[in-house]
Amino acid sequence: MARITLDNLAHSYRANPTGEQDFALKELNHVWNDGEAYALLGASGCGKSTLLNIISGLLHPSQGRILFGDRDVTHAPTAERNIAQVFQFPVVYDTMTVRQNLAFPLRNRGADPAYIASRVQAIARMIGMESELDHKARGLTADAKQKISLGRGMVREDVNALLFDEPLTVIDPHMKWELRTQLKSLHREFGHTMIYVTHDQTEALTFADKVVVMHDGRVVQIGTPEELFETPQHTFVGYFIGSPGMNVIPARVEGNKAYINGSHIPLGRAYAGLDGDVAIGVRPEYARLSDSEGLPVKLRRVEDVGRHKIVRADFFGQPINIIAPEGATITTDMNRVVFDPAHINVYRDNWRVEGEAA
Amino acid sequence: MEKTVNHKAWFLVLPVLVLVAFSAVVPLMTVVNYSVQDTFGNNEFFWAGLEWFDEMLNSQRMWDALGRQLAFSAIILAIEVPLGIFVALNMPKKGFWASVCLVLMALPLLIPWNVVGTIWQIFGRVDIGLLGYTLDKLGIPYNYTQDFFAAWATVIIMDVWHWTSLVALLAYAGLQSIPDAYYQATKIDQASRWAVFRFIELPKMQGVLMIAILLRFMDSFMIYTEPFVVTGGGPGNSTTFLSIDLVKMALGQFDLGPAAAFSIMYFLVILLISWVFYTVMTNLDKRETGR
Repeated sequence: MARITLDNLAHSYRANPTGEQDFALKELNHVWNDGEAYALLGASGCGKSTLLNIISGLLHPSQGRILFGDRDVTHAPTAERNIAQVFQFPVVYDTMTVRQNLAFPLRNRGADPAYIASRVQAIARMIGMESELDHKARGLTADAKQKISLGRGMVREDVNALLFDEPLTVIDPHMKWELRTQLKSLHREFGHTMIYVTHDQTEALTFADKVVVMHDGRVVQIGTPEELFETPQHTFVGYFIGSPGMNVIPARVEGNKAYINGSHIPLGRAYAGLDGDVAIGVRPEYARLSDSEGLPVKLRRVEDVGRHKIVRADFFGQPINIIAPEGATITTDMNRVVFDPAHINVYRDNWRVEGEAA
Repeated sequence: MEKTVNHKAWFLVLPVLVLVAFSAVVPLMTVVNYSVQDTFGNNEFFWAGLEWFDEMLNSQRMWDALGRQLAFSAIILAIEVPLGIFVALNMPKKGFWASVCLVLMALPLLIPWNVVGTIWQIFGRVDIGLLGYTLDKLGIPYNYTQDFFAAWATVIIMDVWHWTSLVALLAYAGLQSIPDAYYQATKIDQASRWAVFRFIELPKMQGVLMIAILLRFMDSFMIYTEPFVVTGGGPGNSTTFLSIDLVKMALGQFDLGPAAAFSIMYFLVILLISWVFYTVMTNLDKRETGR
């Protein structure tokens, strides 16, 4: 087990990258602490898998270094890094039985047969395939095959890190919860460093201590689920996390007021001299309909999703979402909206600006 | 619901029946006709029953030819299949050189059989052929017209040269269809190169390899032109394979009855082996898709 340090890391799939747009993974400095569970969250094609493959050594970065502990492993082959990785689509060895599949990584490292047998049994119990151990892997369902892949990833106890590349995509929903719980308990038991790639925010937020959000080849924010919710550092984090995502409304910000179309909204903090593309971001949870205070909105639609209602509205020509609590009644004269000043974030060119106390 | 019966549909099958009749049934029946009769010319036929079949089954000459034929097919399969796989494994996976390799590999497959025979016939000659002349100058005795071993070596090397590409191209196609994730997983699992071949590449190539083996077996079992051009079946009878023997019998000696009986048995052997291959392949498919 080891702390994993990424030092000035960047990767381009082109031989001669000419500019930043050629990089699938833009320059990145980050330390993955030993024994923590991370989720790597981002839309498809944002460089998540690239980063994972660089850590496991399947890809060699165009620039920068990777350190395991104090050892530079940038050019070390995958075998030397002793990493387990599970891929999005199942990879099983067709001609082997389930048991042989699970034992394969241990056998390749010359482990003791008695140890292998007990370990395989334990993993089979974990993935719920004890009764199928002697079946041939060929001909199993995609679901079962992916469980075998997961099992092969978890069978070694001494790995430096466990990497998961959207491993539950092909798994049935009820099994997803089960397996994710198993992964969490495995993490608690052995304290492996785990990096879990996903584009599903629920998966990320429930699995990880820290969530790393990537966008367009760049890490835009690293934080606890709470930090991502309260203070998204980039508008992408705001959109991507939350359902529905954060409302981003272009505005002019002066001092502790934001001006939209001549009207103003009070802000919790003061901002000086903002230029460029300025916008305010408010989560739908911190917006409230009212019949007397705030600024005018035009209600478009109310969706009752059970726990609460989502109000789709039109705010100076811009669509916004407002979450109303379950019991709230929405009447036709509630045509104004109030934003909670303490939870308004201000963005310049999509990046959050930290204001001064007002 | 009552099924409607429409006998007019049979008319739609008629064109196929006519085609098959002319392409297969009529020629085959002609051969059957010859195989059970004796003729002395003038279109006079006498009923011979199973006499010719009996004669052929007891003919040492036919059993010898069959033995040589099986040996030849076994040897070329034993060389071409592993060699083809080896070549495929070492071909570049993509880019300019992959295309160059594919074109070079396809070239021998495009050359007509008798041209292949002629090329090797000249190539191996001791007086003017590059191969024969060189070997002769190096002091290695090589003369495919007189030496049994040289004749077999020439015919086998010629076939390997001509057809290994086919196995290689099929194996290459099989390899190309393996997703990258499999190779990545083997790296993570720290599998050896041999294990990657044994547990990933070979199982994934199984289907195409069965086709390659079937094609090469059938083709080599019916080989005629190349050995006929190079050695003419000699020295002696040493490279007289089944079809060469058949042609000698039918056209050389004009023994139409025995040759017809021979043809039918030859055909049945090929049919039998094809059936065995087909059964094995479909069973493998079943295993592939689950119990």
